[in-house]
Amino acid sequence: MLDLDISQLSRLQFGLTALYHFLFVPLTIGLALLLAIMESVYVMTNREIWRQMTKFWGLLFGINFAMGIATGITMEFQFGTNWAYYSHYVGDIFGAPLAIEGLMAFFLEATFVGLFFFGWDRLSKVGHLTVTWLVAIGSNLSAFWILVANAWMQNPVGSQFNFQTMRMEMTSFYDVIFNPVAQSKFVHTVSACYVTGAVFVMAISAYYLLKGRHQELAKRSMTVAASFGLASALSVVVLGDESGYTTSQNQKMKLAAIEAMWETESAPAGFTVFGLPNLETHTNAYELKVPWVLGLIATRTLDTPLLGIKDLVTQAETRIRRGIIAYGALYNLRRGTGVPDPQTLSLFNEYQKDLGYGLLLKRYTPTVTDATNAQIKQAAWDTVPNIIPLFWSFRFMVGIGFTLIALFATAFYLSAKRRLVESRWFLKLALLSLPLPWIASELGWIVAEHGRQPWAIEGILPTSLGVSSVTSGQVWFSLIGFVVFYSLLALVDVVLMIKYIKLGPGQEPLPNLRTKRRIA
Amino acid sequence: MIHELVDYETLRVIWWALLGLLLIGFAIMDGFDMGVAILLPFTTKTDTERRIAINSIAPVWEGNQVWFILGGGAIFAAWPLVYAAAFSGFYGAMFLVLIALIIRPVGMKYRSKIFHPIWRAVWDCGLFLGGFVPSLVFGIAFGNILTGVPFYFDETLRSFYTGSFLDLFSPFPFICGLLSVSLFTMHGATYLALKTHDPITTRSKKAGVRAALVSMILFTVGWLWIKNGWVPGYNILEISGFDEPSNPLGKIVTQDTYAWLTNYRLYPWMWAAPALGYGGACLTAVLLLIKHPGKAFITSAVAQLGVISTAGLSLFPFILPSSTHPSSSLTIWDASSSHMTLFIMLASVIIFLPLVLIYTAWVFRVMRGKVSEEDVLTNTQSY
Repeated sequence: MLDLDISQLSRLQFGLTALYHFLFVPLTIGLALLLAIMESVYVMTNREIWRQMTKFWGLLFGINFAMGIATGITMEFQFGTNWAYYSHYVGDIFGAPLAIEGLMAFFLEATFVGLFFFGWDRLSKVGHLTVTWLVAIGSNLSAFWILVANAWMQNPVGSQFNFQTMRMEMTSFYDVIFNPVAQSKFVHTVSACYVTGAVFVMAISAYYLLKGRHQELAKRSMTVAASFGLASALSVVVLGDESGYTTSQNQKMKLAAIEAMWETESAPAGFTVFGLPNLETHTNAYELKVPWVLGLIATRTLDTPLLGIKDLVTQAETRIRRGIIAYGALYNLRRGTGVPDPQTLSLFNEYQKDLGYGLLLKRYTPTVTDATNAQIKQAAWDTVPNIIPLFWSFRFMVGIGFTLIALFATAFYLSAKRRLVESRWFLKLALLSLPLPWIASELGWIVAEHGRQPWAIEGILPTSLGVSSVTSGQVWFSLIGFVVFYSLLALVDVVLMIKYIKLGPGQEPLPNLRTKRRIA
Repeated sequence: MIHELVDYETLRVIWWALLGLLLIGFAIMDGFDMGVAILLPFTTKTDTERRIAINSIAPVWEGNQVWFILGGGAIFAAWPLVYAAAFSGFYGAMFLVLIALIIRPVGMKYRSKIFHPIWRAVWDCGLFLGGFVPSLVFGIAFGNILTGVPFYFDETLRSFYTGSFLDLFSPFPFICGLLSVSLFTMHGATYLALKTHDPITTRSKKAGVRAALVSMILFTVGWLWIKNGWVPGYNILEISGFDEPSNPLGKIVTQDTYAWLTNYRLYPWMWAAPALGYGGACLTAVLLLIKHPGKAFITSAVAQLGVISTAGLSLFPFILPSSTHPSSSLTIWDASSSHMTLFIMLASVIIFLPLVLIYTAWVFRVMRGKVSEEDVLTNTQSY
């Protein structure tokens, strides 16, 4: 009944649409806060240039915002269309933060964003500033709730399986919100968004300064971006470390895969800066290690060993064996009617923590309980995510993080020394850095989500089981449709961005087609 | 535990009502945006006129659209089985809606940013589809829910849809689709008449009156269809309880020719719903004719409320009946989230929805007044 192709196709579609969405979201969140900061300066100093800056960056914000909305709509409904079983299995917990996001955050952001554009002449200065801040707050809250939902996929706290409803159910909303993974993810991700906003403003300001246009606006924008960006870039890296720590607590396999750490290392483990992981021999060639660093980041101690992939696979095998017992008990419970047999129930309760590991066998044998030793071993190795893309994505992401700190620090130094305008080498460098935060964000997303595989919900629900009962033809159709459509729109977005960046601030109202003839 | 303050059965009924409220909120708020988009080719002839119409909704439509997004989120959180079975079952239709809704934000924002007749004509076409397609598909989806959807659950509660994409377009659902298009068009017309000057106002009034009449006719046709038993309803014969854990396989349901009228027979006060649907549409036509677009907007909103409630009350307690495996049908008693989740979500709605209504009202107040040619031509921020 279950076609594996469907799960791969659905993953491809979800992954691609999420990556598209994440091209626009970081800039929205980052720029929204920068706009609020610029407008605050305007209201406090009453200097017209700051209002112009807010309006100009706001125009570019608007072009990007439309794409964020367009790509976001798909995300909200794709769980239902393509991940129906997932939606049933965890909707009781996962749906709540998504709905609250709409109610508390997205409503706020979307309702006031219209006033941000259309309210300039209708609101008092402070009134408009309030609106801008509400948009910024809304977009940040939005990120918070989405990451609460996402963090639950990485670290499913506050919930328990209910055999009567055949799904996970919430046991503590408090635990779901205050999931430590949610907190570290939120601060890491929004800081990355601020960095994106700051690099965007800095690169385009650098372009103006290189061209000798709009110098007043560009210099001020650059100063704001440099200080805001430096603070954000530092916090991305520091809080990324927090993410590493929380990952080591609950997703040991993800961490081991990112490090391509085959064997358990004696404490404190070293960090592999470079190496060529070999998936056949389970070793790394040309390893270059910095001693102690990984152990310190991941365990914050000098004496806690970090488990390697091979030992984690052995652990997974034990859990799969327990999962088989859980699955067998669940099957009997579901089949029985009336009052459940107390013995089966207590057996299930004892082993249900490992039910998800039992479900890993569904790929090999639908009945699960008749799995052979070879199948169990195979399923245990399935818990290892795809090492090579993780290993490299992570290293490039971190590399970009440090590069951007250096960039912002330089900008900050130059602007403090008032040498920004004449340092053309730096302006060129700033302009060239424009794509970096996007690359880092997408790589970060890959590390987090690709590294979660084979799980949709870590340890609870394998991704391949979460799909809808649709045909591969249907998914191919929508997959191609989304990709073609999004690519076209993204192209239009870039064309418009370039056009309005070239036009620069202080442009005329949009022209009309001054024709009296009937239009289509 | 605190969530036991409200019992499970009551929470399920409340969440059924909230689902209705969100749908009505969506129809009233985003309905007029879609109506305006549908009316673009019919009420505006020149580029300036078209921009006036677009700018009449430009400051508010993004907020309005959240009613749709929230509707999806609320179904996910409160009725996960419905979210899973309906959206995967209506796969092709959902894809169409999503593509149409993707065009909308981009079309609004990008249309006037480039000065070229073809560029603008393409986006105009996109905006029209962005209003028309979702309106049609929502009505068709509602119609299919009334006729029953071919799906079932296996013993692990995985849902299987056994129909095809084209099955969705049978005559009754199609009438429902046209009804929702005409209702949104009527609603959009009252809004346009309220927010613009002549000649758009006059054209909108005319279109609004026509849409109101068409709505009344289609509503009657749909009603007769059900009254004559051409669309059978469903009845629960046996169910283990109203506060049991959600398991849609624990009941017996049969198809029953006049079952969609049962509630109206048992509770005559429910006739208020279709009465509001008719009365609202009728008054809208009259008020548009005597040039009271503001009041017409309100009566048109009442019509949306009346028509959606008519369908909802008729279905109660069903949310998604199955035509091929009636006992797999989803009802409010066996498709909801857990007691705790329903309670938490109710608390969030009680806290945040009033706030949303207050600040939305404030935004509409700030943006009150008609959109003129001058606004569009001189404001650098206009679309």
